[in-house]
Amino acid sequence: MSADLSRDLQERVAEAAAAGTQLAIAGGGSKAFLGRGERGVPLNVAGHRGVVSYEPRELVITARAGTPLSEIENLLAVQGQMLPFEPPHFDCPLPSPLMKPLPFGIPLAGEGDKVALRPHSIATLGGTIACGLSGPRRPYAGSARDHVLGVRLINGRAEQLRFGGEVMKNVAGYDLSRLQAGAFGTLGVILEVSLKVVPRPAEEITLVQDRYAADSLAYLADLARRPLPLSAACHDGDRLYLRLSGAATAVAQSRSQLGGELLADAGAFWRDKIKEQGHAFFEGGAPLWRLSLPPAAPWLPLPGKFLLDWGGAQRWFRTEAPAELIQQATAKAGGHASLFRGGHGEVFQPLPPAMLALHRRIKHAFDPQHLFNPGRMYASL
Amino acid sequence: MSLDRASLINALRALLPEDAVLEQEEACRPYECDGLSAYRQLPYVVALPHSVDEARAVLKLCHEHRIPVVARGAGTGLSGGALPHAEGVLLSLARLNRILRIDPAGLTATVEPGVRNLAISEAAAPLGLYYAPDPSSQIACTIGGNVAENSGGVHCLKYGLTVHNVCAMKLLTIDGELLELGGTALDAPGYDLMALAIGSEGMLGVAVEITVRLLPVPERAQVALAAFDDVEKAGTAVGEIIAAGIIPAGLEMMDGPAIQAAEDFVHAGYPTDAAAILLCEVDGTNQEVSEHIARIRQVLEASGATEVRTARDEAERALFWKGRKAAFPAVGRISPDYYCMDGTIPRRHLPEVLRRTAELSREYGLPVANVFHAGDGNLHPLILFDANKPGELERTEELGGKILELCVEVGGTITGEHGVGIEKIKQMCVQFQPEELNQFRAVKQAFDPLELLNPGKGVPTPRHCSEYRALPHKHTHEHS
Repeated sequence: MSADLSRDLQERVAEAAAAGTQLAIAGGGSKAFLGRGERGVPLNVAGHRGVVSYEPRELVITARAGTPLSEIENLLAVQGQMLPFEPPHFDCPLPSPLMKPLPFGIPLAGEGDKVALRPHSIATLGGTIACGLSGPRRPYAGSARDHVLGVRLINGRAEQLRFGGEVMKNVAGYDLSRLQAGAFGTLGVILEVSLKVVPRPAEEITLVQDRYAADSLAYLADLARRPLPLSAACHDGDRLYLRLSGAATAVAQSRSQLGGELLADAGAFWRDKIKEQGHAFFEGGAPLWRLSLPPAAPWLPLPGKFLLDWGGAQRWFRTEAPAELIQQATAKAGGHASLFRGGHGEVFQPLPPAMLALHRRIKHAFDPQHLFNPGRMYASL
Repeated sequence: MSLDRASLINALRALLPEDAVLEQEEACRPYECDGLSAYRQLPYVVALPHSVDEARAVLKLCHEHRIPVVARGAGTGLSGGALPHAEGVLLSLARLNRILRIDPAGLTATVEPGVRNLAISEAAAPLGLYYAPDPSSQIACTIGGNVAENSGGVHCLKYGLTVHNVCAMKLLTIDGELLELGGTALDAPGYDLMALAIGSEGMLGVAVEITVRLLPVPERAQVALAAFDDVEKAGTAVGEIIAAGIIPAGLEMMDGPAIQAAEDFVHAGYPTDAAAILLCEVDGTNQEVSEHIARIRQVLEASGATEVRTARDEAERALFWKGRKAAFPAVGRISPDYYCMDGTIPRRHLPEVLRRTAELSREYGLPVANVFHAGDGNLHPLILFDANKPGELERTEELGGKILELCVEVGGTITGEHGVGIEKIKQMCVQFQPEELNQFRAVKQAFDPLELLNPGKGVPTPRHCSEYRALPHKHTHEHS
């Protein structure tokens, strides 16, 4: 399915600009739970879909914003490639409080869990980039933002603009394409995204080790200093999981160095339990916080339960503790905390006044009337 | 501007130690150009602060009196980005050159902007760590300049550009505010201002402290050198390596004239009868490297390489790379002057772009040697000319402009890693539509409403473009 609705969307934005109508940009709605809530008339981008170009040998794919993420992942898988940042889909039908993801996966015959084709889901490419989320491979392969090569978008003056392109190296003009990653649609309606893709690793295994979570941090910091083919590292509260990816020889060599038990069905573990938050840790009603920290930051003495991902750099935290306590402790350790699911109040770590003022000026540069996703990130953006 | 030159110099002297203000012609002369020496402008005055506070004082003074500021690192840039302003302060960050700390647990180095690129890796080496981006000028270029230009290097296909390897910075805005962008966590709250600041060519702010990510030095690296009797075959081989599922750490191509020049200069053992050579480096664990090199050898041979060699030892590996990294100065030896271009293209268009570049070269009567970051499609055609021959520089620039427009035509960009600076400002009108250029200007306004930071660079004015588009032989690139 493919449809170019860019002209229609541009007209809708022009009408909204003329009338001063605020717009809530929507893709598949899978990440509607993220941020400070949606305000404005829905502007649905999901119909603007289809892969515009895919050149496996150039390691580049370009697709319209409404293209289902699963369609892109399936297309890449057939060519032995993947999105390196392993984005979460969060295809759950209800935003809150905490839902288990839908069951995933129809493995291709004979391919095991390496090439798992999935039914089309509601997560879209545009929403994935706007939310800027990355999965377990993030510390080792880079983030969603790192892989953006170019975007087409509509700004608040209802102009269609293109920044970046389909090449790896491009320094013409300011980098306004990577800026869209994680901006939650507050700077424009993303119409099209070009991404760098990579070959799937030839071999991938997961080792499980018995270690305490707090002790794992020093161990993981030690591993990070060694040239190992690590591609994911998490501690789920009980055990430490290490994923190794690369040439078969490299994986085998590192396996014998690291030790640990080989995990069966590792693909499903990383995808469903960790990336899509199907792990028992994510069940229940307590607010879920996302703590982004320097990977080697020590264990934070906060009341609640932790699940460590990203080799310690992303720590999921279930707690009823007050936001100020969490955000102060996280900031002191060099990171920031956001309220991911459940709970009430502000979502993202507050910005210092000078930074917030700059954010407002940047917002104004793209969207002078504050049409797009008002208040989704911060009240004044 | 509310200060005349003498008053400005006095005001700077009141803020800075005596050795931090240069005003005499002979003292200012070394700052009149960067690596693009075709453009020269004697600085009005040079400020060389020793500290962040001194740099901040200079910016505040300039802001108060509406005086333009051009920041400069080592001056190795190739697009005239550090070309002084005739009535502005040239702000050299060269004395902010301390490595502040290396965090072996967090794998970061925090440095001042005047620290040289290579010095970071040298300082991290005892810990088994290094900083990945390695522009050819890495012995001399500074990390501040790398941030301004979003510099690449020969290893960015696998390890990314500056934007992928710098995690935090302190940025002075023109009004003297010190902003902390990014952080040592893997992301930061709010907009991704690191992406915006990196590659902004000193037009949004001045980076005064930079934190880079360090990587463990790979257990082993090995390079294969393949010779081809045809440039097109070499181009195809690059695609075949990627299709085999291998991302080399470096994948470089040189054409016949570039091979000859490099070989004469550094005696790397390059096959000088080849039409093109590929240098393909892989790194990783010892066994992984062996596995990949064996596979790459097969692919190169199947793609029609006339010869495939691997470096016998570390010394030979360094020698293979030395020829490539010295390619620009090597070409400089065989011609009175050379002009280095920097377009990027989708790799599949390489044969067409090389063919049409050769046609343009014949049309203008100016030889072109090609050095190419083949893995990521970044072309460096080197145009050989003699600036002492009347009109030859102008013809060279026109030929260069046509090569860049060709890059845009096939879906690429006018600059992959050298920046727009003063040099490619006209071609910006070809690559971008008026609304897009307006959006750049609006972003500039958000940081620097008085347009004091590096004015006249990077983003053309509407008048620039209307004049350029009015020229009969020019065409704008239509977005489909």
